Amino acid sequence: MTKSRLFWGVVAPTAAILNSLFFVYIILKIRGVDPIEMFKLMISYGFDPRNLVSEINQTVAYYMAGVAAAIGFKMLLFNIGIDGQYRMGAFFGAVVGAAVNLPPVLHVMLIILVAMLAGGAWAAIAGYLKVKRGVNEVISNIMLNFIAAAIIAFLLSPNLLGSLPEGSQNLQTNPIPKSGRMPTIKAFEGEIYTFLFIAILVGVSYWIMLNKTIFGFNLRATGLSFRAARASGVNAPGMIFITTVLSGAIAGLVGIGTLLSDTHSYSMAFPSGYAFTGLALALLGRNHPVGIFFAAFLWSFLERSAPVLEFEGVPPEIVIVMQGTIVLSIVIAYEVVARINLRQQQRAVGTVNAENVKETK
Amino acid sequence: MQLSNVSNVLEVIGVEKRYPGVVANRDVSIQIQAGTIHAIIGENGAGKSTLMKTLYGLIKPDAGQIRIFGKEVNLKSPQDAIELGVGMVHQHFKLADNATVLENVILGSEPTRFGFVVKYDEAREKLIEIAQNYGLDINPDEKLSNLGVGERQRVEIAKVLFRGAKILILDEPTAVLVPQEVDELFANLRELVKKGLTVLFISHKLDEVLSIADDITIMRQGTTVATRKPENTNKKELAELMVGGELPKPKAGELKISPESFLKIESASYFRADGRQILDDVNLELHGGEILGLAGVEGNGQSELIELIMGLIKPASGSVEVLGLDAANTLTREIRNAGVAYIPQDRQRDGLLMTAPLWENRILGHQFAEPMAKSIWVNKSAAIQDSKRVVDEFDVRTPGINVLASALSGGNQQKFIVGRELTGDPKLIVAAQPTRGVDVGAQAIIWEHLMQARSRGAGILLISADLEELFSLSDRIAVIYSGKIVSILNPAKTTPEDLGLAMTGAKSA
Repeated sequence: MTKSRLFWGVVAPTAAILNSLFFVYIILKIRGVDPIEMFKLMISYGFDPRNLVSEINQTVAYYMAGVAAAIGFKMLLFNIGIDGQYRMGAFFGAVVGAAVNLPPVLHVMLIILVAMLAGGAWAAIAGYLKVKRGVNEVISNIMLNFIAAAIIAFLLSPNLLGSLPEGSQNLQTNPIPKSGRMPTIKAFEGEIYTFLFIAILVGVSYWIMLNKTIFGFNLRATGLSFRAARASGVNAPGMIFITTVLSGAIAGLVGIGTLLSDTHSYSMAFPSGYAFTGLALALLGRNHPVGIFFAAFLWSFLERSAPVLEFEGVPPEIVIVMQGTIVLSIVIAYEVVARINLRQQQRAVGTVNAENVKETK
Repeated sequence: MQLSNVSNVLEVIGVEKRYPGVVANRDVSIQIQAGTIHAIIGENGAGKSTLMKTLYGLIKPDAGQIRIFGKEVNLKSPQDAIELGVGMVHQHFKLADNATVLENVILGSEPTRFGFVVKYDEAREKLIEIAQNYGLDINPDEKLSNLGVGERQRVEIAKVLFRGAKILILDEPTAVLVPQEVDELFANLRELVKKGLTVLFISHKLDEVLSIADDITIMRQGTTVATRKPENTNKKELAELMVGGELPKPKAGELKISPESFLKIESASYFRADGRQILDDVNLELHGGEILGLAGVEGNGQSELIELIMGLIKPASGSVEVLGLDAANTLTREIRNAGVAYIPQDRQRDGLLMTAPLWENRILGHQFAEPMAKSIWVNKSAAIQDSKRVVDEFDVRTPGINVLASALSGGNQQKFIVGRELTGDPKLIVAAQPTRGVDVGAQAIIWEHLMQARSRGAGILLISADLEELFSLSDRIAVIYSGKIVSILNPAKTTPEDLGLAMTGAKSA
C-alpha cells in the first residue's frame, strides 16, 4: 500500500509537468518557434552553475512559503496571508537584529526567533477571527496582507525605523551588525545561503511533528474531520488557532535567508507574491516536505531560466503559463489518483468478503 | 428456469457479475409481479447493491437475462432504464438545496419550448397531478432547504415518477427516517402499488419488510437463496436465511449492579444558541453493571445529552457527574481517559477519520493515554498491533489495517468503532445507535460484546430508536421526549406499544 502511494506520488506530478510541457509546446509551435530548441535553451541556461546558486537561494525562500502553506492545508486552511506574515517576520527580524549586540550564534538565533514570533503573531489575528468570530481566513488574510505592507511602509519612514542611504532609492532598516549575519558557502562564483540548513531542519521537523507526535495526529485529525476530532477529545478550535500561528511562524522565515546572508537590512525592495507561490508549491508537493522541496526548486529553475527566452523573441511570461498549467494539472492528477486508490482498496475489501464466502461454504 | 410470465413486470434470470477476484452476483433470479411491493433483503455485502445497479443500467452483467415487461433488455445506462420505466430512489438523496421542489423534480428532464425555454407551468401542472394521483404531499414551490428528510424522500419519489417510472427501486429508504416518517413512506408506497406501479424495496430491517412487502427475496453471498410470502414466514426464519445459520443470542447473564453511580445527571437543562430549550430538567442515574436504554424519536435532545456527558457542551443549569467528574468543567480528553467509551450515532462524521487508514482510526479518541501515546509520540506499533486484534475479534471484513476507513462498508466501520471503544475495559459506555444500518450478523456481534461489557461491570447508556434493541439489551428504559425524561420503564413489564406511545409524547397510563 505504501509502495503504491509512493509510486502514485511520483507519477502524478510527473504527468502534470509533462502535460504542461505539452501545452507550452503547442503555444510555442503556434508562435512559430521550435519548442524543443527553447526547452534545450532553458535547461542549459537553468543548469548553468552561476544560475544554479541563485536558484538554490530562491528555492530556500519558496520552500519556507511552501511548508507554511502545507501546514495550513493540513487543517484545510488557505493561508493566503503568507505575504503579510513573511513581511512582518523579515521586518521585525531586521529591526531587532540591528538594535541589539549579541555573540554571533545567539544573535542569529534571536533574529530567527523574532521573525517567527512576528509572523506567528500576525497570523494569530486571522486565527482568532476565524475561531472566535467565524471570519473566513482568506478574507481576513488578504486584508492583513495590505495592512502589513502599510504598517511597514509607515514604520520605514526616516524619522521612525527606516533610513535612506546615500545613492539609494529604497527606504530600509539599519543594517544588522556582523554578529547577526549568517555565513555563505562559496560555490561557482556565487554564494549559497547557509539558511538552507535551517530550511532543511524546518522541513524535517515539520514531517516529524505531523507524522510522529500526538500533536501532529490531533492537527491532522482536526483537518480531516473537525467533529470527529472534537468527539475524540481534541480541542479542535484551539488546534485551528495553533495551526494558523504555526503556519504564520514558518512564513515569517521566508525572507530570512536573504536578510541574514545578503541584504542585512529590510527594504521596500523585498519581493511580494510569496503567498500564491507557497500555496501552489504545497499543492504540487502534496504537503510533503520532500515534494515541496522539488516543487520549490522547479519554480526557481523556471523563473531563473525564463529571461533567456527573451533573446529568442519569446515572451518570458510563457513560464507563468507553464507554472499555471502545472498547478491546474496537478490538482486534477491528485484527484484521479485518490479515486484510483479508493477503488483499489474497495476492491481489496470485496476480495476479502468473497474469500469469507468460500470459507463458510 | 421458469418461462416468462406476463404478470411479471421484471424478471432477473441467472444474472452474474464478476469483478477481478470477486463474484459480486451469481445465479441471481427474481420474478417480480406487477402491482406488488417486492422486498430484497440481505446482509451488507450480500450483493443487493450490485443487483440494483445492474437493474438500473449502472453495471453490465457478465451473464444472465433481464426482462422488463416481458421483453429481454440490454441496459447500457440509467437513461435506458428510465426509458423502460425503471426509476431509482437512492439512499443518499441527490437534490439541490437552494432550488425549489419543482426545479429539483424537473432538473435534467425539463419540458421545454424551442429546446431551451423551460415550460414551468406545464411542469408544475404535471407535478401537481402526479402528487394528487399518488397521494404524495409536496408543495412544488417550497425551497428544498426548508424540507425534512421524509419530505425530501417524497421529492425523490416524485422525481422518478415525473420521468414516467412504472417500476420504482428504493435503496434502503427507511435508513434515514424516523418511525413516523417510515409510516408515511409506507402509506405512500401502498398508494403507488394500488395505482398499478411496482416497487422494489431494498432493506435489511426485517420488521419493516414483513409489514410492507408482498414478496420477500433473500440474498446471501451474492445469490438469491429464497423467496417467501410474509404470511408464511417469520423474523427468525428470515434472519437465518440471511445469515445462513442460527444467530447467536445475546446471553443476558446475571444482573450485578454495583452501588457506585457511574453517571449522575441532576436537573440538567440546556438551551441552543437561538434560545430554544433542548433539555429540560433531566435526571438520570446509571450504575455499573447495568444497561440503561434511552428511548426516543431522534431530535428530542439525545444528541445534546450525549454531548453533555462527553463534556463537549455545558449545561445551563444542573449538574452532570461522569465517573465522579464534573463533566461541565472537565475536558473531553480527561473524561475519556477516566474510562468513558463513546460510540457516536453518526459514525462517519463523529467516529472516524474517513480518509485515514484503519490503524490511525484506532488511535482516535485514545491518543491522550497509553498505549496509543508514548509521552508526546504516537505509538504506531501499538496502534497497528491493536488494530489487528480489533479486526480479528470483531470480525471486521478488511484486507488489512492500512485501508482507508471509507473503503469499508458501514457495518464493518461500526464493528471497528465498537471494537476500538470497548478496548481496555471502559467503565462507562455511551453507545448511541450502536447497530444502526448494520446487518443482523454484525448486530449480533455488537450486542454480544455490549452484554459482555455489562457482565464485566461496565455501565452502559444505550441511546437507540430501535425498539427491538432497547428491549433485548436494556435493564431499564428511560424515555426522552422534547428534552424531558417522561418515564422510566421496566422492559419486562412494558409492551413495545406502550414504549412507542411514550416516545411520541402520549401520556402513558
